[in-house]
Parts: sequence; C-alpha cells; structure tokens
Amino acid sequence: MRFKKFLLVLVCYTLTFSNSYSIEPDVFVQSTVNRASNILSKDISKEEKINELKLIAKETVDIRGVGFYSLGSARKNLDKNQKIKYSELFESYFLKSFSSRLAEYTNPEIEVYSKKVLSENYTIVNSLLIGTSNRPEVKIDWRIYTKDPNNPLVRDLIIEGLSLARTQKEEFSSILNSNNGDINALFKTLEEFSNK
Amino acid sequence: MFRKLILITTIILFSALSANAGSDGELIIKKNQPTEIKDCFEPLNRVTFSFNQALDGILFQPVASAYRVLPSPVKTGVSNSLDNLSTLVTIPNNILQGELRKAGVNSGRFIINTTVGILGFIDVAQHLGFPEYEKEDYGQSLATMGVGPGCYLVLPVLGPSTVRDATASAINLIGGDAWYNVTVANDTQHFTDFDYYASRVTSGIDFRAKNYDAIENLEKNSIDFYASVKSLYLQDRQQKILNTNKIIETQDDSDWEEIETQ
Repeated sequence: MRFKKFLLVLVCYTLTFSNSYSIEPDVFVQSTVNRASNILSKDISKEEKINELKLIAKETVDIRGVGFYSLGSARKNLDKNQKIKYSELFESYFLKSFSSRLAEYTNPEIEVYSKKVLSENYTIVNSLLIGTSNRPEVKIDWRIYTKDPNNPLVRDLIIEGLSLARTQKEEFSSILNSNNGDINALFKTLEEFSNK
Repeated sequence: MFRKLILITTIILFSALSANAGSDGELIIKKNQPTEIKDCFEPLNRVTFSFNQALDGILFQPVASAYRVLPSPVKTGVSNSLDNLSTLVTIPNNILQGELRKAGVNSGRFIINTTVGILGFIDVAQHLGFPEYEKEDYGQSLATMGVGPGCYLVLPVLGPSTVRDATASAINLIGGDAWYNVTVANDTQHFTDFDYYASRVTSGIDFRAKNYDAIENLEKNSIDFYASVKSLYLQDRQQKILNTNKIIETQDDSDWEEIETQ
C-alpha cells in the first residue's frame, strides 16, 4: 500500500515537474526580448553589451540549425570534419553579426501579441517593435523550434515578412556560386568576417 | 494619350485572360519565389549596384541623414503626401487585379486626403477608419495575371527590379500614372515637370530615411551585400504580389524540416 502511494506521488510529481518546465513559445520570446532589452538599456560599453548579447544568443538561438539551413543543399556534400569546421566558423560569424546588429538599438520595446502553431516542431510568434521618431513600427515574427518543448529555440526572425535566415542562405549561396561551389571560399569569408 | 492607355489596358487584360488559364495562387507563389528568379545579368548588375552604392554615399545617404532630423510631423506629412500621389497608380492596378472594392476605397481615400487632408499631408482617411493602404503597381498586376518576373535586374539610380517590373513601370510613362500625365506628359497650367521629378526624388529620400539604420546595419553585417539586397527585394516583391506579409504563406518549410538538432 505504502509502495503504491509512493508510486502515485512519484508519477504526480514527475508530471507536475515536466509540465512546469515546458515553456510556451510566446513567453519564451517575450522573456528573451526583455533580457536583451535590459542589456541594451544598461549604462555599459558597446563591447560589454555585445558580449552579454552573445551569451543570450548562445542560450536561445539554434545556431547549429540556422547554420545548416543557411548552407542549403551544400550541407549534403560536407564530410564530418568539414561539418565540424563549418559549425565552429558559423557560430563565431553568427554571434558577431547578430550581436552587432542588435547592439545598435538602444532600449528597443518589443511587444509579443500572438502566436501560430505551424507544426509539432514550429511555432511562429508575432511581435511588434514599437516605433520611435526615427524609426517606424516594425512587425517581427519569430520562428521557434519546439521539438523539445522544454527548450524552445529561435530559428529565424521574419521582419516585416522578410526572413533573415532566408536572406543569409541566399548570401551563402551567392558566395558558393561565385566560387564554383568551393566550401573553402565560404570558410574563408566567414573567418574574415569574424576576425575583422 | 488616353487611347494609348486604353490600348495597353486591353492588351494586359487579354494577356491576363490567356495567362490565367493555367495560373493559380500556387503557381504565382512558385514563379515569384526568390530562389526561382535567375540573376542572368549578374556581372552587369553588380557593376550597377556599385554605382548605386556610390551615388547613395554621395547623395542619398547625406540628404536622408539631414531629412531625419526634421520634426516628426513634417516627415509624416511628406510621407503621407507621397503615398497620396501613389494612389493614382494604385487605383488602376486595383481595377486590373479585379479588386474593385479596393479601387473604390482608394478613390475615396484620395479624394478625402487631397481635399480635407490638404494635398495629402494629413491622412484623414486613416483617422476615419479606412483600411490600411497597400500600394499596387503595374508589375504586381502583371504578376497576379500570371506573368513571370524574368531575370533579376539592377537599374541605375532606381535600384533592384526584375525584367517584368522594369518593363511594367514604363506603363507609368505612357499614360498609366495620372500624376505623370498632369505634370510631364501634358502641359497643364497648374503643374510642371519639376513637380513630378521632385516628388520622385523626395520619395527616394523618404524611403532611404525610413530605412536608414536598417540599411547601414545590413551593409555593415553582410558578407555579400549585393546578395542580401537582392534576397530582401525579391522576398518583399513576393509578399506584395500576394498582398500578404505572412511568411508562413510563402516560405517552403521543407528545408527547415530536414534540420534536426534536438
């Protein structure tokens, strides 16, 4: 009897525990945005802001997934070592590009207002960057990868209907095309960008 | 001039009928997918793009930078006036796309804003609850009729386009734009050529100023700025042709589905 009770408590505890850690994509986006906004409004140097933003990006963006998406069909031709090298290069490129873009904004106000579940793996979260005297209001949609509901990750930002991941993919494709598909040319470009 | 316009409209309508025979929403999406549009003139386009960048650095960027410091109501007023002038192209295109209700709404918007709104400076129609204004042009009309975009094209000064859109914009110059007709094409006593060209240049500056930070940011953080601009332009065109800003309706998810990281 005691053992049964113990089992029941254990099952209830496990269920409660797992539910409490499942994060809704819109809550995840709003909390990520608030964290970034706090950093951007801090009275610290731009370099410090960039470093803190990089930490948030590492936690909340599926950098590896975005990297392989950006590579398009070329990812199928990479061997294991090239994949590892690409993932490393892409991560430093992405973190630099992403945090420098964001660091330009001071205290951005973003309001999450709705979400649409696309599939088990994807939810689009809709938000609005509030306009200022120098910048019009901007619609920002977030493609959230929800395969692991306890650990949702950002895979794309869609600004006024324009996908950043798609733009990046076409940029990479352009570099590969103008170098006869040579992946080393892309490696070199990513390295140069990260080191500049 | 009016006869020419009628002739062009008739040709477009007939070509639309034949094109529509085999076209539907999905075909329009497919035809206008950025990845489906070839960059046949890439070497020339890149040269023109560099020329435009230089021109931007000398002219548009400094002027847009100065324009940005104007008081907000002035900038909003200028932007409203330019939007108001653009309804003169939007209305015939609403009709060409079979959107008669929108044509009616936009005609009402134009009349109210031009009169009560002091030549479009104040968007009175918006305050009266008119739906959000969506610009339309002859390139979009041809696209909705099933005409493919052709190759990607970078025009000197005007920037990114496609063969279809560049060709279609010529319709503005042969009667398709009432503002052009009363300023440049016909010698009216009220307007001069200067009014038309000034409005076009101001429109360019207004666009540059509105997107000032975004453009600077993109240029600084791109590894191939030409490819980024091309991708963004073609995505934007696709959205406008479909009259939607919902990425879910246009983006092919199959590529994302292949990426497994969890």
